[in-house]
Amino acid sequence: MTVHFKQDKPDKANRLDDMKQGVLGKALPRVEGLAKVTGTAPYAAEYPIADCAEGVLVTSTITRGEVRSIDKDAAFAMPGVIAVIDDPLLTTRAAQGTADEAPQQEPATVCYWGQPIALVVAETFEQARHAAKHLKIEYREQEGAPLDPQAVEPEEQEDETVRQGDLAHAMAEAAHAVDVTYTTKGHASAAMEPHAAIAEWDGKTLTVHASLQMLNYNISELADSLDMDEENIRLISRFVGGGFGSKLGVSEETVAASIAAKQLERPVRVVMSRQQVFQCIMRRSETTQRLRLCVDSDGKLTGFGHQALVSNLPGETFAEPVLQSSHFLYGGENRELLLEVARIHQMTAGSVRAPGEAVGMPALEGAMDVLAEKAGIDPVELRLKNIPEKDPEEGLPFSSHKLAECLKQGAEAFGWDHGPRQPRHTQEGEWWVGTGMASAARVHNIAEAKARVTLKADGSALVETDMTDIGTGTYTVVAQLAGEMLGLPPEKVLVDLGDTRHPRGPGSGGSWGASSIGSAVYVACLALREELADRIGIEESELELSDGKASAGESLTDLLDGKDLAREGHYEPGDIEDDFTASGFGAFFAQVRVNRFTGETRVDRMLGAFGFGRVLNHKTARSQCLGGITWSIGVALTEALEFDPTDGHLVNCDLAEYHVPVHRDVPDLDVIMVEERDPAASPIQAKGIGELGMCGGAAAIANAIYNACGARIFDYPMTPDRVLAAMPD
Amino acid sequence: MKPFQYARARTLVDAAQITAKEDAIPIAGGTNLLDLMKLQVETPDELADINRIGFGEIEDSDDGGLSIGALATNTATAVHSRVRSDYPVLARAILAGATQQLRNKATTGGNLCQRTRCYYFTNIDQPCNKREPGSGCGAIDGIAKLHAVLGTSSQCIATYPGDMAVALSALDAQVKIATPQGGERTVPVQDFHCLPGDTPWRENVLEAGEIITAVTLPPPVSGTQIYRKVRERSSYAFALVSVAAIIELKDGKFSRADLAFGGLAHKPWHDPRITEALVGQVPSSELFDRAADILLEDARGFGENDFKIPLARRTLHAVLEQATEDAA
Ligand SMILES: Cc1cc2nc3c(=O)[nH]c(=O)nc-3n(C[C@H](O)[C@H](O)[C@H](O)COP(=O)(O)OP(=O)(O)OC[C@H]3O[C@@H](n4cnc5c(N)ncnc54)[C@H](O)[C@@H]3O)c2cc1C
Ligand code: SF4
Repeated sequence: MTVHFKQDKPDKANRLDDMKQGVLGKALPRVEGLAKVTGTAPYAAEYPIADCAEGVLVTSTITRGEVRSIDKDAAFAMPGVIAVIDDPLLTTRAAQGTADEAPQQEPATVCYWGQPIALVVAETFEQARHAAKHLKIEYREQEGAPLDPQAVEPEEQEDETVRQGDLAHAMAEAAHAVDVTYTTKGHASAAMEPHAAIAEWDGKTLTVHASLQMLNYNISELADSLDMDEENIRLISRFVGGGFGSKLGVSEETVAASIAAKQLERPVRVVMSRQQVFQCIMRRSETTQRLRLCVDSDGKLTGFGHQALVSNLPGETFAEPVLQSSHFLYGGENRELLLEVARIHQMTAGSVRAPGEAVGMPALEGAMDVLAEKAGIDPVELRLKNIPEKDPEEGLPFSSHKLAECLKQGAEAFGWDHGPRQPRHTQEGEWWVGTGMASAARVHNIAEAKARVTLKADGSALVETDMTDIGTGTYTVVAQLAGEMLGLPPEKVLVDLGDTRHPRGPGSGGSWGASSIGSAVYVACLALREELADRIGIEESELELSDGKASAGESLTDLLDGKDLAREGHYEPGDIEDDFTASGFGAFFAQVRVNRFTGETRVDRMLGAFGFGRVLNHKTARSQCLGGITWSIGVALTEALEFDPTDGHLVNCDLAEYHVPVHRDVPDLDVIMVEERDPAASPIQAKGIGELGMCGGAAAIANAIYNACGARIFDYPMTPDRVLAAMPD
Repeated sequence: MKPFQYARARTLVDAAQITAKEDAIPIAGGTNLLDLMKLQVETPDELADINRIGFGEIEDSDDGGLSIGALATNTATAVHSRVRSDYPVLARAILAGATQQLRNKATTGGNLCQRTRCYYFTNIDQPCNKREPGSGCGAIDGIAKLHAVLGTSSQCIATYPGDMAVALSALDAQVKIATPQGGERTVPVQDFHCLPGDTPWRENVLEAGEIITAVTLPPPVSGTQIYRKVRERSSYAFALVSVAAIIELKDGKFSRADLAFGGLAHKPWHDPRITEALVGQVPSSELFDRAADILLEDARGFGENDFKIPLARRTLHAVLEQATEDAA
């Protein structure tokens, strides 16, 4: 039986707070943790499937043009080669998140260097890789593919454009104004598990083990790519070794393995090499961002301008949503926001953790620091002064808003000095030491979700959905949530995820996983509670369940009377989305040291305070924040994709040369969770958590670099060469 | 990966016999070679596994120096008590490189012979004169942040990426090499690596079939030993610039200043004129600048790596200041 719930009104009842099991929010360790660290949790490529052939993708060595011919005969002469597949259904890019349809196909048309153009299948992986590298391919190359975003006429993203009042006039009249341009480099998701798939075809049904974040969408993307019915496909992603956006859409290896398995009538595994993952999945676009901010003599914003140029391949709908939180974070009646996308022939740009704010916030919050200095206002104070009462563009109320609390609690815990700020106030040996801060903001996303919850006759529970756990803790929080509602310890709740045979969840992405699937589980559990209350003869609101018993002493097993009881919860975000602006908010504080000789920057300590609704598990929530802050360090100091200026290929395409922070770069991090109940965000009062921790943190570091050594840098990442170039003598 | 033959050598003679063949090379820890084979950058027909031929010992030499076997791991060398007490610059250089797991496998000989990290060298679908003579150099007009500013040629601007050899160069260590004819020759580390010139594929003086058996260190000297490695992330990254220094002051003047530099050239850079300029002089900022002037006299950047020139100057300053303070 399916129970449907659409949220049209804020929910202030907070029913979860009435429950008696007392497990929700607890810092429980991940239920699948032991399996993962002991190597018994199988990842996509690890399923032991008999007679599996191995496929390796062949990628283009030109930037734009046509594949004229592939010398298949020569490949067949190589040992072990079974097939060379250049089927027009092969996909040449990964699908964008929630695309729900096939990405670009026709592999003979080359749009970027490194694009998949064929698949070689052999008996062993080594044979396939060897043959793939030696395949003779003739191209018809089209010269002059544009590669520089600054050199092409950009397209305006009209949905993003805002013009309110007269910004130029406000800037000219203001007591203090800043007009600065920041740049950010491209980023990679750099998830540990490479993209991989094993496809099996039994003549009717295709079963695919793949490493994907959003099965609900991925199954339609795969079906559309293969021209098949969704009903004949089963996708399985029980464990995913990190996604960070790179596995939102169905990717090239999954489609290629499926085509090969169907053609060869034999299971086929395709695992991308690390270099391929870097070069043909997704990059975060580089950005150029102009910030114009001005305040009156009280430090109140009178003007707010944020315009950004990003890039993508021709034909892609995605444009890094740089301005997402800029629309509502601060006031200022004269506003100008503009997002433009340049079409260039570099690999696909798409979602990488916190698309938009990950780079928009570091630029905005850097500019706010410049403004604070110019206006002679403490940076924390400047932000507090400019928190708007309601959304400054839409005029909507906020669903909940914890920015002020985060700024205050964060400043207090960090020991922020509100006194006048002067660069180079502290020197320790060769190092200048300084502090900086920034606000955090990340729009709240939520999506339709379904889950089936079954109370088993033996008094345990089973939750089934195709929702994924990409390492974030979904298995655990779902068990806690169902346990809380049904009065069961979490170990009595079996959570079965990552299989499209189950009711469809929203997948993991945009930080919407826990609140969306949690809402579906909540709806199902509420229905189960109603049935149980009915059996006892009381109202649901009177039903108290804990440790498998109702308050009046009835045991769950007696109430079930030897039979399973199941409900499918179907949650849909309702009209409420149009009535509120919903976002997570927070604040970052950092202390860094900058070497006066070498310009090397090291983070001494960092603190983040975040308000994101109900916390479902304090440990997994905190881990998301720690991970987010770690990414902030990468954005600030080390992470940069480098593209060749001649052919546009990604040059630093492995984990040795694309520098994510290592343990030694990450000091003790402090996380403060400013817990709240957001009545409009979801029926479980939770908002997104996963991405907020990296939305602005890089600016806290950048601002601290300035405070430490006087180098005001406008280009991320702030590598030693850039610090030295900006450092006063 | 190209299919290849694998043979385990039991003795040096075995190893020499195998590697004297065309397209046969030794494998030690494999931490560099296997990566390059997977990328098809290295495509040997045959590998001679030399891990069982001996030469793993670290022993005192008769002259009071130390002999480090070619198969001693980087970890074993870095933790060796005499290395730590008498040649700390070597321990520090090794520990500044790679990661614990890599150092546990990496060997003395393999570390000396590790190949450049140039992005175009490791991508077989790009031009590279080092990998494919005559195909051009992708880096010169491309992404060259890691690349050399000293001793470059129009053919190749790659760097030698390692740390250990920079310290060995400052220590004036010698490389012992077994020749395929059963003989032995010794080459100073300072002369072991080559500049790219017109033969960028040639990275060191080893001839086919030659195998490194040990590195020998001269008797220890007094003074402060410093290894300074500049990098954007604090571990698991190659040097943008590094300086190895053995420095002593007597009566307020430099009495020893043995220096070598990493990240600047196709080899650990050693310039005896810097030592001459420093020894006998009273430390001062002007003096340090003079030393940097000598070092960087012929330096030339390629856009992206221009910063290495001022960075090398500043790092040299930092090291000389630190040494002066240590002595005070
Ligand atoms: C991700 C990563 C990061 C790294 N970071 C650093 C760093 O920061 N600093 C640094 O210095 N190094 C770094 N390294 C390089 C590492 O130090 C080398 O890979 C290692 O030292 C090579 O030693 P090996 O024994 O594994 O050599 P192998 O890979 O076995 O061999 C390398 C080469 O040497 C030859 N060879 C080996 N032994 C002999 C011998 N006895 N005689 C003749 N030829 C021989 C082989 O034929 C081969 O050509 C890094 C490596 C990786 C993978
Ligand atoms: S710098 Fe040297 S190694 Fe790099 S591409 Fe040029 S020739 Fe090859």
